[in-house]
Amino acid sequence: MRNAILAFVIAMLVALIVAALNASAQQAATPGARVEVPPPPFTDGVFPCSNCHNTTMPANRTRRVLTDFHTDIDLKHDAEHRWCLDCHDADDRDQLHLASGEPVRFEESYRLCGQCHGEKYRDWRAGVHGRRVGQWNGQKQYLLCVHCHSPHQPRFKPMPPLAGPRPPVRPK
Amino acid sequence: MARRSDAESPDMTRRQFASVAAAAAAGFLLTACGPRRLHDISKDTLRKAIADWEREYHEKYGKAVHVSDAGPIPGVLFAYALDLSRCNGNRRCVEACVHENNQSREPQIQWIRVLSMNKDKGIDFSDANPYYSPPEVPEPGRFYVPTACQHCRNPPCTKVCPTGATWSEADGIVVIDYDWCIGCRCCMAACPYGARHFNWRVPHVPAEEINPDMHYLGNRPRPRGVVEKCTWCIQRTRAGRYPACVEACPTGARKFGNMLDPDSEIRYILENKRVLLLKEELKTMPKFFYFYGT
Repeated sequence: MRNAILAFVIAMLVALIVAALNASAQQAATPGARVEVPPPPFTDGVFPCSNCHNTTMPANRTRRVLTDFHTDIDLKHDAEHRWCLDCHDADDRDQLHLASGEPVRFEESYRLCGQCHGEKYRDWRAGVHGRRVGQWNGQKQYLLCVHCHSPHQPRFKPMPPLAGPRPPVRPK
Repeated sequence: MARRSDAESPDMTRRQFASVAAAAAAGFLLTACGPRRLHDISKDTLRKAIADWEREYHEKYGKAVHVSDAGPIPGVLFAYALDLSRCNGNRRCVEACVHENNQSREPQIQWIRVLSMNKDKGIDFSDANPYYSPPEVPEPGRFYVPTACQHCRNPPCTKVCPTGATWSEADGIVVIDYDWCIGCRCCMAACPYGARHFNWRVPHVPAEEINPDMHYLGNRPRPRGVVEKCTWCIQRTRAGRYPACVEACPTGARKFGNMLDPDSEIRYILENKRVLLLKEELKTMPKFFYFYGT
C-alpha cells in the first residue's frame, strides 16, 4: 500500500514537471512564431562588410577615431565608453557580438540592444514598444530597433508635422 | 331587441369605431413594416441594402466598392492605448485616418485631433492647441495628446440620441446609423471629448481617393446633415487588422487589441503600465487608455 502511494506521488510529480516544461517551451515559442521582422536597413553597398574587411585587411583592435573610412559615422551612443568593436565583431565582420562574445547576426541585432536596454527589449517583445503592422489577433510584423533608432545616434529624430486642421472662421 | 347590443355605446356609432380601429391597424402596420434602424434590421434586408449602396457608390465614384457587413467577433472587446511619452505630434495618424475613412476634405472633417499641451501645466484642455504648425515636432516644452472617440462603456452620446441612431456594438465600438440620424447634434453636445463631427455641407472626397474597402457602420460615404465619428476602423478591425492610425504612427505610440485576451498587447499595457483616462471623473469609462511607456 505504502509503495503504491509513493509511486502515485512520484508519477504526479513527473507529470507536473513535464507539463511545466511544455508550458514554458510554448510560451517561448509563441512570440517567435507569430512575428516577422523585415531585413536590417543597411546603407547601400556596405553589406556584406567582408567585401572590404577580408584577409587582406587585418583587424586593428586599438580603440581610435576613424580617419580613413566610415568618417560619416558620428557616434553619439555612449561614445565615452563605446567604440566600433564593442558591438561589431572583428573576427566575423558580417556579424555583431554580445558582451559575452557570442556572435549575433544583424537580423537579430535586438538581442545586442537588449543587453543594456532590457526594459525596452521586454516591451518590444510584448509589442508595446515600437510600431507593429498586421493583425491584432494574428500575423504581425515587428521592426528592428535599428529601423527607428540609428545604432550610432539612437535618439529619435524630430520630424516636420503634417498640416493641422484649419481653424474655424467666424462669419462677419 | 337583438340588433341593439349592450356593447354599442351611444357615443360612438359602429362606423366610427370601425374607422378608428382601421386607422390604428394601418398605423401599426406602417410602423412595423416601415424602415428600421440598421441596429434592428435582418441579415437579409441588410444584404439587400448593401447591394444597393455598392451599386450607388460604384456609379458615383467609378470604382468597385465592397461594403462589409461583418458583425462583432464573439469574445472580443476592443480597447486602444496611446503612449503619451512617444507621441511627437507629427499628425501622420490624422492623414491615415482621413484617407482610410473617407472623411470630407472640403469642408474639412478630421476624426483625430492632436492637442499640443504645455509640459508645465500637464493635461489642461483649456490650454490645448490643435492648430500648432512649427517646422519640426516635438517642440521644446510641449507634449501631445491625440484625441478621438474614446468608445466609452458608459457613452453619454448614445443616451441622448432621440432616434436611437447611435449605439454600442457588442465588441465595444460605438457606431452611428447615418440613415437614421436626424442631425439634431444632441450627441455632439453630450460628448465631453469633442469626438463627433457634423456634416454641415455635402462632404466632398475626390473619387480617386475614395477607399473602396467599406463597412456599413463605418467609412461608407456620409450624406449632408448627419454626425460621424471614429469607428476604430471597423472595416479593418472586424477583419482582424490594426486600425489605420496604429499602422501609420511612426513612433509606435498607438496600440490596439482585444481586452479580453490575456496575451494581447493591450492587456500587457493595462497590467504593466501607468494608464490614465481623459476626464475620468465623468464616469464615461472610456476604452481608450493613455499611458507612459517609459
